Amino acid sequence: MGRYLLRRLAINVILVAIAASLAYMLAATTMNPRGAYEGRQPPVAEAVIDATLDEYNLNDKTPVLVRYGTWAKGVITGDFGRTWNGGSVNNEMGRRIMVSLRLLLIGTLVGFAVGVALGAISAVKQYKLTDRFIGVSSFVIMAVPVFVLATLLAIATYNLNRGLGFSLIEYTGEYNPRLSGFDQFLNRLNHLILPTISLSLGLIAFYSRIQRNMMLDVLNQDFVRTAMAKGLRRRTALTKHALRTALIPAATYFAFAFGTMFTGATFTEKIFAWHGMGAWLVDSINQNDVNSVAAVTFFTAVCVLFAAFLSDLLVAALDPRVRVS
Amino acid sequence: MRSKVVLRRLFRNKQARYGTIALVVLVALAYLGPFVGPYDWTDKDFLAFLSPPGGDHWWGTTTIGQDMYAVTLRGMQKSIIIGFLVAIISTGLAAIVGAFAGYFGGWVDKVLMWGVDLLLVLPSFLIIAIISPRLREGASWLWFVVLLAAFSWMITSRVVRSMTLSLREREYVLAAVYMGIPRWKIIFRHIVPNLSSLLIIDATLNVSGAVIGEAALSFFGFGIQPPDVSLGTLIAEGSRNATGYPWLFAFPAGLLVLLVLSVNLIGDGLRDALDPGSNS
Amino acid sequence: MSILEVRDLTVTFPGGIEAVRGVSYEVERGEVLGIVGESGSGKSVTSLAVMGLLPTNAVVSGSVKLHGQELLGMKEDEQIKVRGKTISMIFQDPLSAFTPVYTIGDQIAEAVRVHQNVGKDKAAKRAVELLDLVGIPNPGLRAKAFPHEFSGGMRQRAMIAMAIANDPDLLICDEPTTALDVTIQAQVLEVLKTAQQETGAGIVMITHDLGVIAGMADRVVVMYAGRPVEQGPVDDIYYRPRMPYTMGLLASIPRIDGEEGPLVPIDGNPPSPASLPPGCPFAPRCPMKVDMCDDEEPPLTPFGSGRHVACIRSHEIEHKGLTGADVFPVPVIPPNEVVRVPRAERPTVLELDDMIKHYPLLKGAIVKRRVGTVYAVDGISFDIAQGETLALVGESGCGKTTTLQQIMQLQPPEGGRVVVLGKDSAKLDKAGRKSLRGDLQIVFQDPMAALDPRMPVGDIIAEPLRAHGEKDVRPKVEELLELVGLAAEHAERYPQQFSGGQRQRIGIARALALEPKLLVLDEPVSALDVSIQAGVINLLDELKSRLGLSYLFVAHDLAVVRHLADRVAVMYLGRIAEIGTVEDVYDRPAHPYTQALLSAIPLPDPELERTRKRILLEGDLPSPADPPSGCRFRTRCPKFAVLSEAERRRCVDEEPSVARLANAVDHGAACHYAEEVEVITASDNQEEE
Ligand code: SF4
Ligand code: SF4
Repeated sequence: MGRYLLRRLAINVILVAIAASLAYMLAATTMNPRGAYEGRQPPVAEAVIDATLDEYNLNDKTPVLVRYGTWAKGVITGDFGRTWNGGSVNNEMGRRIMVSLRLLLIGTLVGFAVGVALGAISAVKQYKLTDRFIGVSSFVIMAVPVFVLATLLAIATYNLNRGLGFSLIEYTGEYNPRLSGFDQFLNRLNHLILPTISLSLGLIAFYSRIQRNMMLDVLNQDFVRTAMAKGLRRRTALTKHALRTALIPAATYFAFAFGTMFTGATFTEKIFAWHGMGAWLVDSINQNDVNSVAAVTFFTAVCVLFAAFLSDLLVAALDPRVRVS
Repeated sequence: MRSKVVLRRLFRNKQARYGTIALVVLVALAYLGPFVGPYDWTDKDFLAFLSPPGGDHWWGTTTIGQDMYAVTLRGMQKSIIIGFLVAIISTGLAAIVGAFAGYFGGWVDKVLMWGVDLLLVLPSFLIIAIISPRLREGASWLWFVVLLAAFSWMITSRVVRSMTLSLREREYVLAAVYMGIPRWKIIFRHIVPNLSSLLIIDATLNVSGAVIGEAALSFFGFGIQPPDVSLGTLIAEGSRNATGYPWLFAFPAGLLVLLVLSVNLIGDGLRDALDPGSNS
Repeated sequence: MSILEVRDLTVTFPGGIEAVRGVSYEVERGEVLGIVGESGSGKSVTSLAVMGLLPTNAVVSGSVKLHGQELLGMKEDEQIKVRGKTISMIFQDPLSAFTPVYTIGDQIAEAVRVHQNVGKDKAAKRAVELLDLVGIPNPGLRAKAFPHEFSGGMRQRAMIAMAIANDPDLLICDEPTTALDVTIQAQVLEVLKTAQQETGAGIVMITHDLGVIAGMADRVVVMYAGRPVEQGPVDDIYYRPRMPYTMGLLASIPRIDGEEGPLVPIDGNPPSPASLPPGCPFAPRCPMKVDMCDDEEPPLTPFGSGRHVACIRSHEIEHKGLTGADVFPVPVIPPNEVVRVPRAERPTVLELDDMIKHYPLLKGAIVKRRVGTVYAVDGISFDIAQGETLALVGESGCGKTTTLQQIMQLQPPEGGRVVVLGKDSAKLDKAGRKSLRGDLQIVFQDPMAALDPRMPVGDIIAEPLRAHGEKDVRPKVEELLELVGLAAEHAERYPQQFSGGQRQRIGIARALALEPKLLVLDEPVSALDVSIQAGVINLLDELKSRLGLSYLFVAHDLAVVRHLADRVAVMYLGRIAEIGTVEDVYDRPAHPYTQALLSAIPLPDPELERTRKRILLEGDLPSPADPPSGCRFRTRCPKFAVLSEAERRRCVDEEPSVARLANAVDHGAACHYAEEVEVITASDNQEEE
């Protein structure tokens, strides 16, 4: 077991290193952080720009391999370098992870729980009205991309607020910095409403489809019949035997979603103006921020691999058939 | 023979029937619609900026006086083409890589799956976003298709691989081995055709995935580059002014949703029709 | 009064498919009612209908009375009081019948708690008691195991334990031993008998195996196309069948005590429930059919005392005393020319010399690591002469499939030699291997899986021809199709359009395409229904004579082997236990394992079954990753158990190798204390004499 874990860890470290390096090279060769300084009024002297860029390890006059060397050395010691305007990438990342976590934890959990429940109901009532309604709704929702959904939600809220004459539901930003104490807390919650809806609706639709299919697979299996032959009610047999078994595959998806959620909410974050990890993905490219691009890549790679590991663990925990003795 | 059975089952399936009808209508609208409209998508009407739908401009006009009807259909053409191309390329790639990895096993498998893992770990959105705006030459959208396809085949190829692993032990494959048929031939004659249900479904769902993916990247300006348009660029444009000029947003967004919905419906119907175990 | 009374039960599935069309029977306390029929005869649907476990879209009519209480149309609240309490059911496949994520003990305890008002620990304790009752060693520990950690036989015992948890009055067993090996089947049937004595329940035993029914049942219902066609006391049915289908069925099954020569085949296939013939459903296959049979379906009419027959010519059959062999045409198989030459003078087509195949033993689904070695095949030797059939028999896990794969791969084995038609597989180059493949072909077990579903039959048969560079394949394909009893125009169709027996014929045609000299048959008839089996066996027999083929025949069904093979090798845990001519091995088995195996096979002969003495083996096959020292069979060997301490030493320390028996030409056994015994018809009475 220990040896296996070590090997897996080693492979993952290599994968992350390659991914981050590739992203760094790509960004370093194609992006132009100099542009941010060149067009300024009043113009900045080239020597000054060079000095600044050198300090941030962003100078395109330095050979790319040398820059890469400096960056890599930093990363190994846990320092991801500077952002385009000199801030610490580490600090930025820490702050943004917290923002994303706050937003996404709720959305993901709600999406999973509601989705699984709806999917199970749908499967049990196969071809009945409930099933059809859930099915059609999730189909429609899955066909609406997040950015359309988020925009729609924002428009609706805007109109609602305008109609009411005051801001019932906030639709941009994370909180109102002017408030404090309990009010601030309430305000934060209010700011969470729309992003959470926009995030979880898609997840609900997705999980309900998956869970329905898994349940249907299980429903016709012999062990459900055995459970009923024992004298259990259909309901009990379904929840106790079928649902429990059908949860295994859904849980692996869940683990994946959990790991990738940080960068998965790019659109929601951008549209509702939250400065989380997902928004950073877009911001860093727009700002020609080489070190941030590499850091985001590094972070997503770690998340994906961690998610894979988590889903394996979850399956092992839920399914005695794969549990390691 | 079998395809006839599948088609019959497909059309007995209500979802798939509506999906197909909707898709046919949408494709017809995208490609035949522009001939009906009074304006070309490149025309600019300097007398009507941001005019609401009605009159001459059926779906209104944009900030620079383009006819929304013409522009939207043009954008839809692009989205449809991109969707189909990406789906075909990525599913084909997935089938070949997965089948070879699964059938040959050993180091072939290891190398290919390692590549798959690496691609999965790379944030595709970010890579495409960095590369694609820098491809401004004439056929840049074709490169864009290649990029999208390059990042959307990995999961399927893993599924293909694991199914190949079980197909490999099937007796008809063993029979072919014992007849002395070369391995690559077995892959193309016995393995890939028997994965066709999975591949067809996957390709269908990849179409909608690619349409959404394109729109998503274009939404941030990382996809189709102006002056070319796609549903994504139009939605991006429209969402900025959505509260004041809803038609800029409503038409492209509505068509995108319809397009994705119809393809998904077909995909789901295909799943039922191709799966001999299902009884719908 | 009878416990269960079924009257005119019909079950219709959506699409107007009548799966069951008027079944009536009753079961008395302590009685065993056997229901036999082939797949699709409606026997399983009948029992599910009785339990009320059919899918909701099935329409059930008629009447099912349990202790006089009507079960059909009952509310769920009432149903759950009966299910698992008064009636219990034992399902066919015990792996899928247990929920994979709960322990066996929990699932049995659940059955207890549903109907008895007891606490959790009491139910758990009762579960352990029940496991003990059905003969699970270490029940306290095993109750905490998950279903996948049990062997097939153990799972089925656990299933029985669960079924008798609430002292039911009626047990419905649906093919309870079909998925099991014969020695395990014998154990499980024994447990069932114990369970019946314990509970005094009536049993409905559903199976396709006429041997199992002969040994268990008091009365028998024979079903065909959703209806009973004959029912009555077991002896009447077996010794005096009065309906052509029953007669054919009984005559078509190969028997381990039977003679050689062609079997009685029933032509055609059972009708599909969606398109039944107008009159007697058996008419299309019935050799006694007259025009009147097509007019209307003959009803099940009383016939003599306590029996019913559905055939308009039953009285005539009775009168003339006809049997299956009289009625059904038996094919004439031409004599085999090759075997006129004495065996020693014929060339050897296949020789295995101390062949070895080991696998790494991997553990864990996420964490794969090697934890040992599976000694799948651990040094076996045999040879096949031209025109001869050697059968490799043994239970699952004995290494027969590995042996066969090793031969087919034509790669150098891990140890020992494989020589095919005089060519050593270790010394073959690529071209040599390919040309040798033409002489060595295989017929697979599962006729569905062996044919690529996406290719028309013509292409399937032509594939080997094309692979070996033949261009004009059409005439050859047609010729092959006719050779195996199909028509040339079948080449256009797809495998799905054929029945199991026909598919197996296609598989045989493909194997014959390159005119091989040696054909490997991997369980070629075990996936087929009884009435279809005979035809395929006869075909194989005939092809052998006509084309001068040699067969390596791998099977677990010893009755089929007796019919088809000239010589037989019995395998146990990767080694050969006994080898010799069929007559020697069957009539005078010398190895204790062969003796147990032969005695475990039920005979379709109620009288014999009643008096037969069984040698029951203890426990399961040990893991091939960790075979016992010395003789691999010693952990289960009944002989070992009665040996003296000194004699046992030898079994533990020294691994026996196959030694020729003193008084035989071609008969050897790998046992230090080999001793020929007759077991097939051995009975208790004989013992006393
Ligand atoms: S009724 Fe006629 S066709 Fe049917 S079994 Fe009797 S003789 Fe044969
Ligand atoms: S050698 Fe000993 S243990 Fe083995 S079969 Fe013979 S008597 Fe039994």
